[in-house]
Amino acid sequence: MLELYNGALDVPAILKRWYEEESPNNYGAYIPFVGTVRAEDGIEGLSFDIYEPILQSWFSAWEQKANNKGAKVVMAHSIGDVMVHESSYIAAVFSPKRRVALELIDEYVEDFKASAPIWKYDIIDGLRVYAKERSTQIKGSGLLGVIQ
Amino acid sequence: MVRVEFLGPIQKEPLNIEANTLSDVAKILSQDEELKEWIATSAVAVNDTLVSSLDISLKDGDKISLLPPVCGG
Repeated sequence: MLELYNGALDVPAILKRWYEEESPNNYGAYIPFVGTVRAEDGIEGLSFDIYEPILQSWFSAWEQKANNKGAKVVMAHSIGDVMVHESSYIAAVFSPKRRVALELIDEYVEDFKASAPIWKYDIIDGLRVYAKERSTQIKGSGLLGVIQ
Repeated sequence: MVRVEFLGPIQKEPLNIEANTLSDVAKILSQDEELKEWIATSAVAVNDTLVSSLDISLKDGDKISLLPPVCGG
């Protein structure tokens, strides 16, 4: 389940709904990770662009990987502006026993940061400034520059 | 004719160009000074699948996307 929302996430409602949806499915562990916008460097908030077709492919591959371990992954992410102290990202893993979920949540969130086609901007004086220094090149980047 | 789309912070309108391979696309885009830095740091997708080789044949109507460095969350 990949959920995209315009603006900040309603974290309590999403976590509650996922909990209730999966409770009958005999998962013994539910581990959510919630990303919240911190007040730093004078930003008013963050803003996000998402390229959905490739995000969906990335997420489908993770669904399959989790399924192979008897687990389930879900995520929610914001599109557009999310102000300081609001949340823009939730990732969660359900698994029959804790060990698989504890290990998967780490890998799942880190791979998301490295590979998911989402671009972050600081909101400063109401303007969006690309967070270039905090961004990561997707594996295989620079392919078109090889020929020069 | 293939379509080249620039995602995220690359502030550029899509281009429609004649290209038979990704190498052709690379040659054409490299002539644009404002794209040089983005080309060096962007991943490439053909029809929404990330690719890792320039030896990919393109056909009429294909979509090539440039994905600059990412930072979700």
